[in-house]
Amino acid sequence: MTNHWIDMKNADVVMICGSNAVENHPIAARWITKAKENGAVVLSCDPRYTRTSAFADHYCKMRSGTDIAFVGGMINYALQHDRIQHEYVRHYTNATFIINPAYGFSQGLFAGYDSKTRSYDRSKWVYELDEGGVPRRDMTMRHPRCVFQLLKKHFARYDLDTVCNITGAPKEVYSKICDIYTSTWAPDRVAAWLYAMGTTQHSHATQNIHAYVILQLLLGNIGMAGGGVNAMRGESNVQGSTDMGLLFHSLPGYLQAASAPLQTLAEYLEKYTPKSNDPQSANWWQNYPKYAISLLKAFWGNQAGKDNDFAYSYLGKTTGDHSFMAMFEAMHAGTIKGLLCFGMNPAVGGPNSNKGREALAKLEWLVCADLFETDTAAFWKRPGVDPSTINTEVFLLPAAASVEKEGSIVNSGRWAQWRYQAVDPPGDARSDAWILTRLITELKDAYAAGGAFPQPILHLTWDYGQQADPHGEPDIHRVAREINGYFTEDREIDGKQYKAGDQVPGFALLQADGSTACGCWLFCASYPGPSKDDNRMARRQRSDPAKDPLGLNPNWAWCWPVNRRVLYNRASVDMQGQPWDPKRVLLRWNEAAKKWEGDVPDGPWPPGTKLPFIMRPEGVGCLFATALADGPFPEHYEPVESPVRNLLSSVQYSPVCKVWEPDKIGDAREFPIVATTYRVCEHWQAGAMSRNMPWLVELVPDVFVELSTDLARRKGIHNGDWVRVRSKRGELKARALVTNRFEPFSVGGKLVDQIGIPWHWGYTGLATGDSANVLTAHVGDPNTMIPEFKAFLCQVEKA
Amino acid sequence: MKISRRAFLASTGAAGTSALLGGLGLDVGSSVALAAETRPQRGKIFTTICPFCGVGCGQIVEVRAGKIVSIEGDPDHPINEGSVCSKGAAVYQVHHNERRLRKVKYRKPGADAWEELSWDQAIPMIAQRVKQARDATWVGQRDGRVINHTSGIACLGGAALDTEECYLLSKAMRGLGVVWLEHQARI
Repeated sequence: MTNHWIDMKNADVVMICGSNAVENHPIAARWITKAKENGAVVLSCDPRYTRTSAFADHYCKMRSGTDIAFVGGMINYALQHDRIQHEYVRHYTNATFIINPAYGFSQGLFAGYDSKTRSYDRSKWVYELDEGGVPRRDMTMRHPRCVFQLLKKHFARYDLDTVCNITGAPKEVYSKICDIYTSTWAPDRVAAWLYAMGTTQHSHATQNIHAYVILQLLLGNIGMAGGGVNAMRGESNVQGSTDMGLLFHSLPGYLQAASAPLQTLAEYLEKYTPKSNDPQSANWWQNYPKYAISLLKAFWGNQAGKDNDFAYSYLGKTTGDHSFMAMFEAMHAGTIKGLLCFGMNPAVGGPNSNKGREALAKLEWLVCADLFETDTAAFWKRPGVDPSTINTEVFLLPAAASVEKEGSIVNSGRWAQWRYQAVDPPGDARSDAWILTRLITELKDAYAAGGAFPQPILHLTWDYGQQADPHGEPDIHRVAREINGYFTEDREIDGKQYKAGDQVPGFALLQADGSTACGCWLFCASYPGPSKDDNRMARRQRSDPAKDPLGLNPNWAWCWPVNRRVLYNRASVDMQGQPWDPKRVLLRWNEAAKKWEGDVPDGPWPPGTKLPFIMRPEGVGCLFATALADGPFPEHYEPVESPVRNLLSSVQYSPVCKVWEPDKIGDAREFPIVATTYRVCEHWQAGAMSRNMPWLVELVPDVFVELSTDLARRKGIHNGDWVRVRSKRGELKARALVTNRFEPFSVGGKLVDQIGIPWHWGYTGLATGDSANVLTAHVGDPNTMIPEFKAFLCQVEKA
Repeated sequence: MKISRRAFLASTGAAGTSALLGGLGLDVGSSVALAAETRPQRGKIFTTICPFCGVGCGQIVEVRAGKIVSIEGDPDHPINEGSVCSKGAAVYQVHHNERRLRKVKYRKPGADAWEELSWDQAIPMIAQRVKQARDATWVGQRDGRVINHTSGIACLGGAALDTEECYLLSKAMRGLGVVWLEHQARI
């Protein structure tokens, strides 16, 4: 989230699209309620009339997978009605930037498309530069090749009739949504956009979010209190785990993984350190080498030095796509021998999960660390298989739960909050930190006797001591201090002395010469001293609402980066540093004192000297994106499986999305019904925890299929009947839940049905049931490789 | 006015909170004070954050004689101010649960049941398998390029772990040269 949970109360309009927040983030609804009490209007746009819709002032239905058409129409509405915040757009976005003449768009494709490789040549979508290498701008925004004009032209096609034809949204309601939302173009009105997996699990997911960003930038709503583009995270620490680089493409702190073509540290740093010739661009990522080298020092300590490229060769190089679906394809093909699985249940959570379960059987060994026996750990005894035919060796390790160990987690608003150990874990259960420490210690011993390239293991720093508890748990504070970073040698910086071993007070002091080690630069300042009192994540001082009306709570826990509570907050003020909205002062330049007041600003520079979007080399928000795989603007395509043809162009689905199994794509004649997956409040994700908890199981024991009364009548299905749902990948049985919450959509004059299935169930635990993901496909977004869980085709019959 | 907690809860159940408060002529503020006053002596209190969704609600864990007796919303926490959802209200059963794993379980190839291992047995066995797989699938160089990764080991998970553990997992896997490294953020 650019903003944070409490900040929702500051909005004039709250849009919840691609999320059922009231059900899945129920406590978020407290702050949306406060916004309502303050006079805000709440909008819900969703294929299903959800608990969030019931809570909203206005509900607009839309067919799954048509977000870009839906939001594209809102963008068009804002442009056609001149509902944009002109000064913000002119100064804080790339609307004024001139694009090179090679850019074009026709027949559903951007310039540079290669149908053989199903990819774009992005050199066709670059900024035109002046002699000094700075992007050319037309501040009048009239140049035919400036982004503003290209944007207007692109989205002019998203007119009311076309959009409603595609999405199935009723015109009258949709117009009202456009009118209410774009009313926040005024500098003193602001809207927050909230989304979750309903947005991200599509073959054009990144562009869905790009569409939100474009709209929010046009309205001047990013960087503002009560605004932003807010991804509501579904797991308690999926933010922290992502921050720590548990993805193939990303090292801690969103540094890029090293890939095979980048053979030296110099090549790696050259590729990922952006350059800008614009003196107004802070271009914060110019500090990339400091963060990368400090990370290598944290990993390999004294063995990472100038003489060996800071042990860059120790980093395994990626050789292509190693993402989740590619991993299961490789596992299914037998190239992966062993899988380590910590608190995750892919046998239920992964797409095409029958294939996923088959893939597990191709492993030589599987290690799962979890609280309960998961569907993944028990795949060899699942219904319908003969265990004697499965040769995978399985270890199931008992892990400690959150109240049985100490450490921090990061919520959606980027708040790192500390948790304490209340009791010992049961039996032999141990923390994941203990398990990893034992395993790495054992491996270090084993590799001391030889093995393939043993140095990265032997030299890996792993000195976290032992607590006084009977099990010798590692001292998690030492880990937290390493994440924050420390000096590796005595240094003097700006006249101040730092000793080797001192904590680094903030990331501005991290160095590229090896004199600092830092496990994650974004967390530098979270634990800036040696004592437990220095642990800012443990702070518990609430603000006085009279002094902190926006609810930033700067002394509660700690928020990355540098305790900044709203990202891009320099965009909340005008060029003189004065707030666009005097009612909601997030930041203000005090000219007399020559300093910023309010939230921690995005950099210390005085107003007007630096552009506000400091993480972008161009310094401004990107209406036109040069780095995405699927185009500089969002364009509507149908989901890979869709019952209708694309009404906007002849390109049916994203021309660059990932399709791993083309033969497993269903035909609408056989599978005419759109399906989506969703969640219920009483269960959690793949169910490994909640399906083992009696109170929650009693509340919601069974999987169900939700369908409209209209579809049910045509199919002869009654509420509570068993139904069978089939897709090209698999089939499941579940009880029918017949409601008016789904309604058929009218798409191009054709009636389209949609159903929904909660995806929490599996074959282990107290509450068992078929998994929705046996139906979903190995199809995904070209930028993130996230699966298209939220729109696929099926058939429904009475069982 | 003194009222026992049992009587307070019983009358709440019988008449509903609002009727009770109306009947006793109490405002909500004093009823909160009353509940605190009449509550049995607290044990040791620890603060925690709910392990379910990403809102990050605060909870307080009460421990008596080394056992958790309750987990409830933390009224001092600025986000939830004491509220929790149905899952948050059930966190007690994450700990108090007969279905929790208490032993290392091991399933031999082709076997139809788990057996139990000690940590001292399991850790060397796992390390041996990791080493064997890593050594067998090590790619030192390919096409004249230094690769230094293992193509045969994958690692999943992290969103349910503490941040420090995520860092350790990330570091451990980078130390081993694992590139098949993914977690819940992708799905």
